[in-house]
Amino acid sequence: MSTMQDYQSRLSDPESRKFGTFSYLPPMSAQAVKRQVEYLLAQGWAPALEHTEPQHTRGSYWYMWKLPMFGETSADAVLAEAEACRKANPGNHVRLVGYDKLRQTQGASLVIHRGKAA
Amino acid sequence: MKPAAKAYSAGVKEYRHTYWEPHYQVKETDILACFKITPQPGVDREEAAAAVAAESSTGTWTTVWTDLLTDLDHYKGRAYRIEDVPGDDSRFYAFIAYPIDLFEEGSVVNVFTSLVGNVFGFKAIRALRLEDVRFPIAYVMTCGGPPNGIQVERDKMDKYGRPLLGCTIKPKLGLSAKNYGRAVYECLRGGLDFTKDDENVNSQPFMRWRDRFSFVAEAIHKAEAETGERKGHYLNVTAPTPEEMYKRAEFAKELDMPIIMHDFLTGGFCANTGLANWCRNNGMLLHIHRAMHAVIDRNPHHGIHFRVLTKALRLSGGDHLHTGTVVGKLEGDRASTLGWIDLLRERFIKEDRSRGIFFDQDWGSMPGAFAVASGGIHVWHMPALVSIFGDDAVLQFGGGTLGHPWGNAAGAAANRVALEACVEARNSGREIEKEGKEILVAAAKSSPELRIAMETWKEIKFEFDTVDKLDVAHA
Repeated sequence: MSTMQDYQSRLSDPESRKFGTFSYLPPMSAQAVKRQVEYLLAQGWAPALEHTEPQHTRGSYWYMWKLPMFGETSADAVLAEAEACRKANPGNHVRLVGYDKLRQTQGASLVIHRGKAA
Repeated sequence: MKPAAKAYSAGVKEYRHTYWEPHYQVKETDILACFKITPQPGVDREEAAAAVAAESSTGTWTTVWTDLLTDLDHYKGRAYRIEDVPGDDSRFYAFIAYPIDLFEEGSVVNVFTSLVGNVFGFKAIRALRLEDVRFPIAYVMTCGGPPNGIQVERDKMDKYGRPLLGCTIKPKLGLSAKNYGRAVYECLRGGLDFTKDDENVNSQPFMRWRDRFSFVAEAIHKAEAETGERKGHYLNVTAPTPEEMYKRAEFAKELDMPIIMHDFLTGGFCANTGLANWCRNNGMLLHIHRAMHAVIDRNPHHGIHFRVLTKALRLSGGDHLHTGTVVGKLEGDRASTLGWIDLLRERFIKEDRSRGIFFDQDWGSMPGAFAVASGGIHVWHMPALVSIFGDDAVLQFGGGTLGHPWGNAAGAAANRVALEACVEARNSGREIEKEGKEILVAAAKSSPELRIAMETWKEIKFEFDTVDKLDVAHA
């Protein structure tokens, strides 16, 4: 029993809040994020960015950053836009979305920049 | 001048005279069926096939005068093709076309009452198996189908780009409602998307349904507040009567629950279709369990293949359906399973005998449903499961969550970390089945819960051979 660990999750601890796919993994390196962007583009999905204040992560709609990047094929361009979004909204979570228009869904949705938990 | 009406001649005629038409051109609106027939000794193939066509449509054992009051050529089913079963000389496939007018619109009940009714006890055949059915788009459009579908469920639950994670609460029977809710809460706070009532949890004396629903709702609401993610529990509304079923569904809605559950075979197609309609009208997701399916689908020579039951469910309505895991403790041949998973999820599925699919199937705009993989699976299976099922699946780890040495929350977190690590690796272009071990070992470095899960279940494997295999020629 001495080796058993208690599960660390509390209503009172903002670090316990998760936000979808990959939020149970450690934050991704820049290189790892780039691979996800490349995957998204290779599927033919339209990349888009969303962001929100860390205390308002729930609900279907975060703030949309500009418009989805229809027709964009460069992962670096997508990442540059994500960086611009982050700079303009310091402290916010930034999410990358891949719109799959054929299946009418988001093929991908992942938080690529984690703001300070609140 | 039109020819004179045919004269009536009483007596028993060979079925083939009326029901075997090898030159028949199938119509786009026909319902087509493929049966695997084991005839009685001495009954030839054409006669046996014609008999099945007759008995599952307009025919009876003898001629009756009232046959002459109707246009039998318009209404009868016809056997139109016979094929060898690869690797089995004692049986053959018979293809039968049924005119769409034989069936009530939107009634899975009616279609199956005809196709798999009296004919399965018919003396001229020793055994009979319905291998596949082609539902024409004209008939598909009369059915309600999944109340929400995969895309709507993703939007409602706010979960994208990965399979969903679930867990059936155990022990199956005997927990009090409050203790049961505890088990649910622990799973959900640890990172699962769903928990599930076991199929035989209905409303027993030890835990009445209303108490279970209330405690589960509290568990869900707290887990959602704690994790910031949307959560659900498949509240089983399978009940002794439709009235009772709807009462339970209404209470789930009152509690603001996102999903309920039904057993479509023991509950029946009539109840299931009604419940699916209720769900569509009330914005409720519907999880479908398949208790009794193995009674019907496991014998390779008699019964109904599961791919047909899958189609029946998609028409009747459900947003999730258990499909087997391929890798766990329950039956399932990989190619065959992939075939019916496609039938459940995709819009158009082409004939492909290597996956047991006998007909093209066009679902038009009918939504697809999530495949549910459940039974005997744990973190070590994760790479294979992600590879086999892709994103539109719910992977359910019962023992593989609850059996974690540190409890349900740790077990849930282990599964969630393993799942996300596999999806990340897949998206990064890695071969996750081949590199599964490295991927999990690396992920466990930042997750003590996963590390312990991997130590606990390392040795467990299920490698019994499947009983119901696809028919293939002997080597």
